[in-house]
Amino acid sequence: MTLFRGRRILAGAMTLVAAAALAACGSKTTDANTSAGVTADVSGDTVKVGLLNSLSGTMAISEVTVRDSIMLAIEEINAAGGVLGKKVQPVGEDGASDWPTFAEKAEKLIREDRVAAVFGCWTSASRKAVKPVFEKNKALLFYPVQYEGLEQSPYIFYTGATTNQQIVPGLDYLKAQGAKSLYLVGSDYVFPRTANKIIKAYAEANGMTVLGEDYAPLGSTEFGTITNKVKSAGADAVFNTLNGDSNVAFFKEYKSAGLTATSMPVVSVSIAEEEVKSIGTQYLEGQLTAWNYYQTTPGAANEKFVAAYKAKYGADKPTSDPMEAAYVSVYLWKAMVEKAGAFDVEKVREASDGITFEAPEGLVTVDGATQHIAKTARVGKVGADGLITEVWNSGDPITPDPYLKSYPWAGGLS
Amino acid sequence: MTTVARDPATDVDPTPPVEKPAAGPSRHRFRAAAGFALGAALLFAVAPLVLSDFRLSLLAKYLCVAMVAVGIGLAWGRGGMLALGQGVFFGLGGYAMAMHLKLADAGPGNMPDFMMLYGQLDELPLWWRPFASPWFALPATVLLPMAVAFVLGSLVFRRRVRGAYFAILSQALAAAMVILLIGQQGTTGGTNGLTDIQGFFGYDLDDPVNQRMVYFIIAGILLALLALTRHLMQSRYGELLVAVRDGEERVRFLGYDPATVKLVAYVVAAGMAGLAGALFVPAVGIISPALIGIVPSIEFVIGVAVGGRATLLGPVLGAVAVAWARTALSERFPGTWTYLQGLLFVVVVAFLPGGLASLVGLARRRTDGGRRPGPLVRLRRSRVEAG
Amino acid sequence: MTVLIGQLFTGVSIGAVLLLIALGLALTFGQMGVINMAHGEFIMAGAYTTYVLQQVVTVAGWSLLVALPVAFLVAGTMGVLLEILLIRRLYARPLDTLLVTWGVSLILQQLARDVFGSPNVQTRAPELLTGNIALPGGITVANNRLFILALAGGAVVALTVALRVTPLGRRIRAVVQNRDLAAVSGIATARVDRMTFFIGSGLAGIAGVALTLLGPIGPTMGTNLIIDAFLVVVVGGIGQLKGTVIVAFGLGVLQATGEYLTTLSVAKVMVFVAIVAFLQWRPQGMFTLRTRSLA
Repeated sequence: MTLFRGRRILAGAMTLVAAAALAACGSKTTDANTSAGVTADVSGDTVKVGLLNSLSGTMAISEVTVRDSIMLAIEEINAAGGVLGKKVQPVGEDGASDWPTFAEKAEKLIREDRVAAVFGCWTSASRKAVKPVFEKNKALLFYPVQYEGLEQSPYIFYTGATTNQQIVPGLDYLKAQGAKSLYLVGSDYVFPRTANKIIKAYAEANGMTVLGEDYAPLGSTEFGTITNKVKSAGADAVFNTLNGDSNVAFFKEYKSAGLTATSMPVVSVSIAEEEVKSIGTQYLEGQLTAWNYYQTTPGAANEKFVAAYKAKYGADKPTSDPMEAAYVSVYLWKAMVEKAGAFDVEKVREASDGITFEAPEGLVTVDGATQHIAKTARVGKVGADGLITEVWNSGDPITPDPYLKSYPWAGGLS
Repeated sequence: MTTVARDPATDVDPTPPVEKPAAGPSRHRFRAAAGFALGAALLFAVAPLVLSDFRLSLLAKYLCVAMVAVGIGLAWGRGGMLALGQGVFFGLGGYAMAMHLKLADAGPGNMPDFMMLYGQLDELPLWWRPFASPWFALPATVLLPMAVAFVLGSLVFRRRVRGAYFAILSQALAAAMVILLIGQQGTTGGTNGLTDIQGFFGYDLDDPVNQRMVYFIIAGILLALLALTRHLMQSRYGELLVAVRDGEERVRFLGYDPATVKLVAYVVAAGMAGLAGALFVPAVGIISPALIGIVPSIEFVIGVAVGGRATLLGPVLGAVAVAWARTALSERFPGTWTYLQGLLFVVVVAFLPGGLASLVGLARRRTDGGRRPGPLVRLRRSRVEAG
Repeated sequence: MTVLIGQLFTGVSIGAVLLLIALGLALTFGQMGVINMAHGEFIMAGAYTTYVLQQVVTVAGWSLLVALPVAFLVAGTMGVLLEILLIRRLYARPLDTLLVTWGVSLILQQLARDVFGSPNVQTRAPELLTGNIALPGGITVANNRLFILALAGGAVVALTVALRVTPLGRRIRAVVQNRDLAAVSGIATARVDRMTFFIGSGLAGIAGVALTLLGPIGPTMGTNLIIDAFLVVVVGGIGQLKGTVIVAFGLGVLQATGEYLTTLSVAKVMVFVAIVAFLQWRPQGMFTLRTRSLA
């Protein structure tokens, strides 16, 4: 008994496929430089810039605040006359917390809208997804979030901290406080795993022991076991690279287990003012965070930024490190364009070295070689009012070193 | 094409078909050929002319989703198995292809960039090695998902786990697969997935001409899959599949093994999803766990439901339409898209289970001249049995 | 040893959370065969209810106690609305309810985002529930976990009694065992369905209140838990509560043990493999309800 009939259609279809594949076979090039970059459209009296953030999905929580502060910077710049006499026109896109969508939207901003630069992305995964798009089209991305380092794309400016501006100073602080043993807790993705690798290398070189290392899937809210392990290990401090929702569950569990900021302090690198608000000071008071900026950072530039932000978005909205870095990135781009005297990507890149800006976090300087910026590292303590106050800073801005080349102990990492 | 028009559930006479009336089938075949030619003309001639490079590459992406939809249409619309884990098979195909392309990019003897960055491995893991050869990797994009579907399907269908249980198990499988991939960052790229794929068998993917070539390949394969599915649906097997959907016990009593019948459709659907995943990689340049979890797996289904689950073209058109609507709307109103997507699920599934096809009347024409009741007439099943 | 006992308790408390979430599903899915993907959003509704009440009743302990019945009513009402508007039309198509309720859950999540904002909101737990009890031998037992254990236990007892003793419970059981016969005997099956859905959804609301003690309160809080809870009901077997109870604690302990020995990721995959293997052995779940209704 035959179940199938009429093979002709199938055969026909196969021929068609083969024919199509043959007919369409294009230029076989291996030289990536043949595809020319798309030039930005600056013909009118406005210049378009792209904003690429997740406005929906799990990352919307954080990325919306970044979008808000970029918009604030653009408004301020336009009010002051724009860039090279042109008004900046933002084109917003939603990355939807989905990495392939980020790539698609980046392509759209560059090719369809022909923007002069794109500001955005948060997670490492989204940055890795768009990186080839920017390199292929020779377009510029300004990435405003602290990240795991080990990257240096010619078409990305990193305005958040790399590891030697956040994690390493955080460890220096713990070491100075006399911590001899650490426990590492993180979400299961690139940043925590890479950060923990650096921490382990640091610990080994500095006579500290790492008593354990645990990862929870992103979005996981069950921390009974991890807390149990942390508690029984009895480390001097916990280094926390958890992301998002997991922090809430972790700190609630931590407190229930009877662990406190005095008995076993937690240093977090992904908890800023916004997150403190959603976790609750009941659970966080006294715990440490490592960043480059806090809402409470002194200085006229910050007072102006905080006041402007609250005036625009509401008095109850805190400002945080990634928001500040995003705000700064727009001003840095403006300074680069003005120095170059053109919106042309290659000229802007050439002009970038040595650009300085009096940012809310203090003076920042663009390092043209790495396209990162020199920033001051800070360690702060969560207060009862939900704000973070600085307990230590690095004094001078730290020169970015994404591959940790100047640290002998980090030799085997990259 | 069928012998006599009877209730499909009972019409499973194992004897070969009697001579069929000449006029009906030939007209049918003509119509199918015409439709096929029209589709080919649209995809190969019209689309490349009117769309910009960027939009054409988006269309390539949608067509990959449409391929998954064709498979779901077969398994769900015709076979009654709500395949909610298609993301897994899509991912298997995609990763198989991406692993090969990454290795090819790195060049012989070298390791992909991310492995040295995150895994700090000294040598390529054993399970990566075979993927260096295209002769292994290319068949694997289809055979690997099919094998997994075969194992899972034979375990599940033989034990007569069905309906809701099957749907929930598929979702759990998708969730488990994501967790597994993310946990092995050094060898799978973790949440990042495999990104930055440069070449496709020697062709530079950055070149718009080659991107166009990828689009043509995808369009061609989609048409081929449609032909294959049409063929399956119209065969005796296709009738048996519908019969199993509508009355599994009856088919069993007639001497057939419903488990095997279901398994074939499920495995074919998995193969199509795998192929779609494999083609998605050169089209988009990335494969990541975000594409294979529970949420994308369910989202694959919505296009099928919108277009008309039991028809041949419905799932394809539905999938492309939904994917296009998503891009178009999320470019303008990001928050609104979620509402609209939710509403689509609710309105279409609850009030228009036949999908848009049932409006147009496609469903009626798809079957044998309207003599047989439409394939979606009976989806009824007692709740105790299904639950 | 201390760690092992601590781990056992962790497993039991994971089980209690699972049980609390799965209990509502045991009614709506187990008894009625409806796959309600919006169950997670009813949990979310319960959690947001706690948050809103806390803006009114500022003493944390009282607001939590008030939230329990209110969340039950809120989530229950949402459930009944869902039943009347949509699910009622779909009893014959259980798989379609899955898709429809998935759509509903998307809408509810976005609604929560628009009303309460995307960021998580915080509630204050009563001080009593953030501490722990120290047992001899250095073992500590977290108070919030004990509270949830008690809550889950209470819910199981209340539900069992309700199903066994009350007239409504009798009707629910009659409808589950043989819908047609129940209808013939004069039971208004439609009304029974609605009440079952009310109670099942209401239990999700209670679970939401409990979860404010453990995790984040945000638009997507329900989605992470829902599949695990469904698996509990599937493995436990439909139509019975005892299966759900046993499997919830079993899976909780299995996951805690697995996680302790390996990692959370591996433990989750282990649990999945165990479930598939178990269903090979007993495809109908741990306990099955024998019914004489046809097909």
